[in-house]
Amino acid sequence: MSESIFSVQGLVKRYGEATVVSDMSFEIAPGECLGVIGPNGAGKTTTIRMCLGLAVPDAGSVTAFGLSMPKDSLAIKAQLGVVSQMDTLDPDFSCAENLLVYGRYFGMKKALIKERIPSLLEFASLTSKADAKPGELSGGMKRRLSLARALVNNPRLLLLDEPTTGLDPQARHLMWERLQLLLQEGKSILLTTHFMDEAERLCHRLLVVDHGRKIAEGAPRDLIRQYLEPDVVEVFGSGALALIDSPLKTLAARVEVSGETVFFYTADAKPLLAALESNPQLRTLHRPANLEDLFLKLTGRQIREDA
Amino acid sequence: MSSPDNNPLNPSIWRAPEISGRWWPVFLRNLLVWRKLAIPSLVGNIAEPLMWLVAFGYGMGALVGQVTVNGTQVPYILFLASGSICMSAMNAASFEALYSAFSRMHVQKTWDGIMNAPVNLDNIVLAEMLWAAFKSLFTVTAILGVMLALGISYSPKLLIAWPVLLGVGITFSCVALIFNALAKGYDFFTYYFTLFLTPMMFLSGIFFPLEQLPPVVRAISQWLPLTNAVDLVRPLFMDQWPTQWLRPVLVLASFAVAGFWIALALTRKRFRG
Repeated sequence: MSESIFSVQGLVKRYGEATVVSDMSFEIAPGECLGVIGPNGAGKTTTIRMCLGLAVPDAGSVTAFGLSMPKDSLAIKAQLGVVSQMDTLDPDFSCAENLLVYGRYFGMKKALIKERIPSLLEFASLTSKADAKPGELSGGMKRRLSLARALVNNPRLLLLDEPTTGLDPQARHLMWERLQLLLQEGKSILLTTHFMDEAERLCHRLLVVDHGRKIAEGAPRDLIRQYLEPDVVEVFGSGALALIDSPLKTLAARVEVSGETVFFYTADAKPLLAALESNPQLRTLHRPANLEDLFLKLTGRQIREDA
Repeated sequence: MSSPDNNPLNPSIWRAPEISGRWWPVFLRNLLVWRKLAIPSLVGNIAEPLMWLVAFGYGMGALVGQVTVNGTQVPYILFLASGSICMSAMNAASFEALYSAFSRMHVQKTWDGIMNAPVNLDNIVLAEMLWAAFKSLFTVTAILGVMLALGISYSPKLLIAWPVLLGVGITFSCVALIFNALAKGYDFFTYYFTLFLTPMMFLSGIFFPLEQLPPVVRAISQWLPLTNAVDLVRPLFMDQWPTQWLRPVLVLASFAVAGFWIALALTRKRFRG
């Protein structure tokens, strides 16, 4: 990656005694979608806030487009589009007015913004809602309006903080489709998410973060290959937990338990599946290992106190 | 604890304001919202001050008759009108810079959205300050119109009173933004109104001449911004020039400059995450 457009080096953020982000480094190449996945409280949003110059790091640097934060924060933000976790749409304005007013914050002329509004609304599938206020929109529509608003200045890089949290599957798929269109246009995206299917579908590269640290980095498929056996057999039903200490254990490379379900990770599932057939009361699910398995392996299965 | 002062990346919250032309789109945003609600908002803003004026001015005025100001006898309604318009400027500016600015800053997160664009916090605070002053001027203008219609004063010097009242609005916007920066919720503003603004109303010579007050209270009163506003505006209503203008202008300007500076520093602190 010779010519990154966005680079974060050694970011540290402390609140009192607690270190929220610790030695965070990453780069984003032109046209790349970089995903940041991690449990709640892992430091994802704090990292994004430091990227925007809104939170002041205790150490480290953020550079973008050959400019550096916080000195050139306004020049950098002129080329960024941001969708934050919480919608900050203006409730008193219609969709079209929201775009117009937001464009002015970039110093854009009214005529230029007005020219762009129809295509932005169309991109967000909100053409018929041009005169509706955010209060009249569904959750998915609001998020798409936030995305359209972030595009008003035709940014080179988008920072999206959990853009699909709280959306139903239809709205989520529409959002993904739109983000893929933007990537095809050559825009770069930094995306935080809780959804592994979203990360796998959109992101060229992933950072897994936990407790403020980067614990893994790579392309989704590579990460799965690197950290996991290719096959998973989930076993549940009465008596499943007893399998942990049975000879079946030797047929898997690794065994994990979560609740009432036993997870066998293996390179070859056939002998295990054959052995399980003698226990018809057990239900089994045989599937390839996925990002969710990776995520849970790296960050643990237990629920966090602050989650 | 890591002290922010030890961090070279973290400049002092007391540094000079970093202002560019980008306060204007923020001001314009507030103007566009208000334009949608201007008429109901106007009724709300001027109905109460006018009720005070009519009830007290004509009601009390009949009992009080004339009041002596700088050796001149004036009708009580004129005395009251010239003071209460300063109070209206103060209330309108304070209300906007507290409740409305807090809604935009904290509840709607409008400021957060704006700061994702190339507009810094300093420009937002300046825009909010000027916006609250503008709204106060709008209210004051409407009340002045009604006072003219009631024939309370036809002094040509009201044309001078108008920009002076804008200055009063600016002063109280700046001070109110300090409390906006400190607020955790709307309840906090009740303290500001009941502990600061309401007592000041009674100690600034709006309803009765300051000569009625004990010397100690009068001495304090001389330093209150509202007293100094009234000192400037009342003579103009009487078609006279203020006997002294430099001191009140300096007192108001000091409150404005210090208020804005403190408000900006505390707002920066609030947003420095």
